[in-house]
Amino acid sequence: MSLLEIRDYRLAFDTFDGTLHVLDGIDLSLEAGETLGIVGETGCGKSVLARSLLRLNEAPPARVVSGAILFEGQDVLSLPEKAMRRLRGRRIAMVFQDPASYLNPLLTIGTQMEDAIRGQEAALGQARRPHRALRSQAAELLASVGLAEPQRLLASHPHQLSGGMRQRVLIAMALAGSPTLLVADEPTTALDVTVQAQVLALIAGLVAERGLALMLISHDLGVVAASCARVAVMYAGTVVEEASTAQLLANPRHPYAQGLIAAVPDLDNPAHKPRGIPGSIPNLMTPPTGCRFHPRCALASEICCSTKPALREIAPAHGVACHHATP
Amino acid sequence: MTVPLLDATGLVKTYALPRTAFQPARRLTAVAHVDLSLARGATLGLVGESGCGKSTLARLLLRLTPPSAGRIVFDDQDITNLAEASLRPLRRRLQLVHQNPSAALDPRLTAAAAVAEPLVVQRLARGTELSDRVAQLFAEVGLGPEFLRRYPHELSGGQKQRVCIARALAPEPQLLVLDEPTSALDVSVQAQILDMLAELRARRGLTYLFISHNLAVVRQVCAEVAVMYLGRIVEQGSAEQVLGAPRHPYTQALLASVPRLTAGAVPPATPSEPPNPAALPSGCTFHPRCRRAELSCHTGNPPPLVEGLACPPVALSICQTRA
Amino acid sequence: MAASRRMRLAAWHFRRSFASSLGLGLVTAIVLLALLGPWIVPYPDHAAGSVNLTGKLQSPSAAHWFGTDEVGNDILTRVIIGARLSLLVGIGITFAAAAIGVPLGILAGTAGGRVREVIMRLTDLFLSVPGLVLAIALVAALGPGIVNAMIALVLVWWPGYVRLAESKALSIREEPFIESARVAGAPSLRILWRHVLPNSISPIIVKMSMDIGQAILAVASLGFIGLGAKPPTPEWGAMISIARSYLPDWWWYAIYPGAFIYASVLGFNLLGDGLRDILDPRSHRG
Repeated sequence: MSLLEIRDYRLAFDTFDGTLHVLDGIDLSLEAGETLGIVGETGCGKSVLARSLLRLNEAPPARVVSGAILFEGQDVLSLPEKAMRRLRGRRIAMVFQDPASYLNPLLTIGTQMEDAIRGQEAALGQARRPHRALRSQAAELLASVGLAEPQRLLASHPHQLSGGMRQRVLIAMALAGSPTLLVADEPTTALDVTVQAQVLALIAGLVAERGLALMLISHDLGVVAASCARVAVMYAGTVVEEASTAQLLANPRHPYAQGLIAAVPDLDNPAHKPRGIPGSIPNLMTPPTGCRFHPRCALASEICCSTKPALREIAPAHGVACHHATP
Repeated sequence: MTVPLLDATGLVKTYALPRTAFQPARRLTAVAHVDLSLARGATLGLVGESGCGKSTLARLLLRLTPPSAGRIVFDDQDITNLAEASLRPLRRRLQLVHQNPSAALDPRLTAAAAVAEPLVVQRLARGTELSDRVAQLFAEVGLGPEFLRRYPHELSGGQKQRVCIARALAPEPQLLVLDEPTSALDVSVQAQILDMLAELRARRGLTYLFISHNLAVVRQVCAEVAVMYLGRIVEQGSAEQVLGAPRHPYTQALLASVPRLTAGAVPPATPSEPPNPAALPSGCTFHPRCRRAELSCHTGNPPPLVEGLACPPVALSICQTRA
Repeated sequence: MAASRRMRLAAWHFRRSFASSLGLGLVTAIVLLALLGPWIVPYPDHAAGSVNLTGKLQSPSAAHWFGTDEVGNDILTRVIIGARLSLLVGIGITFAAAAIGVPLGILAGTAGGRVREVIMRLTDLFLSVPGLVLAIALVAALGPGIVNAMIALVLVWWPGYVRLAESKALSIREEPFIESARVAGAPSLRILWRHVLPNSISPIIVKMSMDIGQAILAVASLGFIGLGAKPPTPEWGAMISIARSYLPDWWWYAIYPGAFIYASVLGFNLLGDGLRDILDPRSHRG
């Protein structure tokens, strides 16, 4: 049984201007201890997908059209709220993009970490441990994410910490419940590149050490390549290609994935001229029929306009959703 | 030797930090002793991380804020201490493209009105001539006439940035400062915008000051690069040399930190983080994080830029290897 | 195109929120009464206060829906004409206060430095004095009458607009599009007028709509203590002031003007809430 299995998940947003068909049949799975990267550009739905794992999309306006998200065999979408609370943080933890917004500026780090730890225990119905015990566990967690002088940090406020340190604190809070799956949504996008390297190294270390499964979402293919063994490329609400990172970088088969890789400027090879992808992302209120990428695709043919291609395995552990990709 | 288009010497910008009951008044040095020179038609990339002062430097060069010390000469005219009224005619020749196109457009103005603004304000065109010029500018940045009447919230990120670029080109500038122009855009759109910028530069004979934290983009766009750290230029030279064979330990760390498109290659991490700009380390400000730091790096003044490198230990070893 | 979408968005918000619709309904009713007043009232000459002692203090009936007052005037007529007065006064005070406060606030927010200090300290000075007390003092000095009451209230009200406009202008000032205008070479006045003001207007509109209700209440309060409109002007507060002595036996005299004050203030408050939801860009996600 996979740790996480997303089956034909479709999600829509009912807004004032109309219905946005944000996710259109996502099929993904993740085993325990595996690292999966989800890469895509604006409007592909990757963040919405990540938040769906913990039912964080506000419904309304979000509306599950169909599908299931099975975590350890249970369908997250139909769990009662109480069971959901046990899941959040305890089994599945999330880290987001902007560390400053996810920390309360008025409370000390110590208070917030204790709240996180305490929240986990309360969800399991455990009795409240003394303050000192919570405090020392918080200090341990801060040390485990590579933060020096944990005691001093516990007494600090978020504004006294740098961006990188704040993100480490959030990762520490995420680990408070000893989760089996860590979902990181653009965890380093708001950080400087040298700090990004530190945080990526930290995440890689924690994943290896604790056997965590990791789902890392980013628009930056380099970040995903560095941290994940497998990658899924998303476009306009669908997974268009899924393969091991090495396979995808060496041999992308979907025209969008190819375009995406060709668009990234190469620092070490200035002769490689990045190419853009013509056209623009579709309007999700009236998405293109058939394959959602067909209006921008050089290979588009009649079948592409009428039938949506399913994610087919064209090589071992390499799936592509394209009518023109043959094994 | 031709006169550079823009020549700045000894630029310093400090800010007074608000005084609290517990601390004496402190000053934050955003830019410290920067010399910068831009030849006509040059493309200079300014790279660095947050807090390095690159945006402040850009605003000093555009005279959006006066320098605390130093001199700025634009096209042979000293603009260091000019009053706002005298600067106004100059603003035609110096333009800026912002990082965040959504925030750089007045949400209540149509795209056409936004692009027309510099022309109206500088009294460069009116009536039908104005609308013709605006239409031409739209075509030049690849936007069809249907975009003229759209509002910013009806445009995609790439389209908004094209509008901003059209607006910057309207008064026919000589120098364009681009502050992270593609950071907020998807990578597939970025390539189109960068191509367009290159084409515009060639066609109009523009000079670019390109600010970015994205080294790969800078490598693609710029012929010269200056690396900033905590308000100072630590390395400067041709793009090939600075980004291909960097000498300064900070530049080397920056380059090594960028994740490459290679599976499983976690970039090496540089220790600790940039210090608080209001409480800088003594000596070379990079020394706490530097693998090559020697005793002399901890004390005295920060090293000056010598032959494009502000790192005496490295300069010395290069001299020694040459000798 | 954007304007029509805004109208549709507004309509959608109002449909969704009962409170906002109620507010809109009440305000529309008051406005209609004010507009059509002189033509729909049953006893037009009672508005100015004719005397008809034989018909005095009659309880509500078919002939007089709200009964009559102590000089025989039809209360319904006077209440409706009072609506016109109250609305005009409320709008007048609010617009005048905004006309003084908003430009000062925007100037303070955009200029900063000494200019801002001077304006804000002046504002603080006015804000420190309790509103109604100041109004009473001013009216006592200037003499009773509705115009003086209005002047007094404008002087009490304008500081609120300064603060609101100043804080909004302060945040707009930092936006990159303002910097772009400077880079284009726009002079400060143009930036103020064309960029800062239009983008600061939303919270001001919300405040104004709520203030109209509050202004009506304030004028009625002044009228109640005899410092506002002079009799026989059919002002709601003045009517209640006289009606006080006729409670509880002749209850209708106080109740109806009171109910109309309540309905107006409630209506404008709810409308203001609704407008805030519409104008707040964050609620556009729908």
